[in-house]
Amino acid sequence: MMKFGAKLVGGAFLGAALLAGSALAEDASLSLSIKDHRFSPAEIRAPANTAITLTVKNLDKTPEEFESKPLRVEKVIAGGGETTVHIHPLSPGKYRFFGDYHEATAEGFLIVE
Amino acid sequence: MLGALIIVFREVIEAGLIVGIALAVTRGVRGSRQWIAAGVLAGVVGALLVAGFAGQLSAAMAGRGQELFNASVLGLAVAMLAWHNIWMARHGRELSRELSDVGRAVASGDKTFLALAVVVAVAVLREGSEVALFLYGILISGESGFDVLAGGFAGLGLGALVSFLTFYGLVIIPPRRLFATISVLVTLLAGGLAAQSAAFLQQAGVVTALSSTLWDTSGILPDNGLFGRVLHTLIGYSDQPSALQGVAYLGTILTIVIATRLAAPAPRRVTAMSAPAE
Repeated sequence: MMKFGAKLVGGAFLGAALLAGSALAEDASLSLSIKDHRFSPAEIRAPANTAITLTVKNLDKTPEEFESKPLRVEKVIAGGGETTVHIHPLSPGKYRFFGDYHEATAEGFLIVE
Repeated sequence: MLGALIIVFREVIEAGLIVGIALAVTRGVRGSRQWIAAGVLAGVVGALLVAGFAGQLSAAMAGRGQELFNASVLGLAVAMLAWHNIWMARHGRELSRELSDVGRAVASGDKTFLALAVVVAVAVLREGSEVALFLYGILISGESGFDVLAGGFAGLGLGALVSFLTFYGLVIIPPRRLFATISVLVTLLAGGLAAQSAAFLQQAGVVTALSSTLWDTSGILPDNGLFGRVLHTLIGYSDQPSALQGVAYLGTILTIVIATRLAAPAPRRVTAMSAPAE
């Protein structure tokens, strides 16, 4: 079973290394931050059919989970931390994301056009 | 308070169900509870470590650390479940005969307990780290009072209740049927975990193929609601799965079913003849 785990992690490393070179060039880069459990900006725009690299900065002291069902992202960001989210190419539309720990206030939209 | 309760409860349902299933699988076998308890304990310790080093984990491997870690531990759980099912198929004949004995002690069962303990530990670790971060956030923010924290802990208590209900729901099934039921449950559980693992690989950008969405039933049965969450764990239900998740789900189930068939010993004449004599 250890072998299996090691293989899996090894494979993942290799895959990451292979893709890191090719994918970066065509990605659209976006960024947003979280402050007082709110996203800023609360609306971001991206071109359609392009892979997106989204950087999320958490300016709060408390951890947050950046989550979106349609974008298929679920990622914890430590208090005062920063993280990168990879989003698959999307067709035009409005995609909702939210902070799982403060859903009442932390809500935003990605507009793909 | 209710908000915190629901958030925490939603996170711990999966772990609660898995602990309940593991307890039912190993019921009555000497030493099995210790294995499951050890799994839960290891999961809690792991969850606190993961929560404590969330920032470092996230930054590891060019920002893909969190996803790759999740994908790996889920993959480990899938392997353990598959192995458990194959082992059960191979030794099922002896096991089901002994199931009727009161003080049965399956000497050779230790390895499968370890497999189940690992599965339990992984489930507790994954859900537990999110709960720990959420409760930690409440504690240090100071803006929400004691009642929110109490709600969080009430959610944890409800998760434990899910374990008990699952356990008692399963153990009322007659032993002969329980065996087949568990085998199906474990297979579907493994399929669902494999799909989750695939989702994390996609999120990390490691796999970019098959990213199209198969269907969207989030309007009818959202998988982050209570009922959706239970189905999510038990049969791997997802409201917006990617094609890769579908492939991982079906591929895992098919592999386990075929491997289990191959592992099951062919019915032997000797056993058939000796059976009526008992």
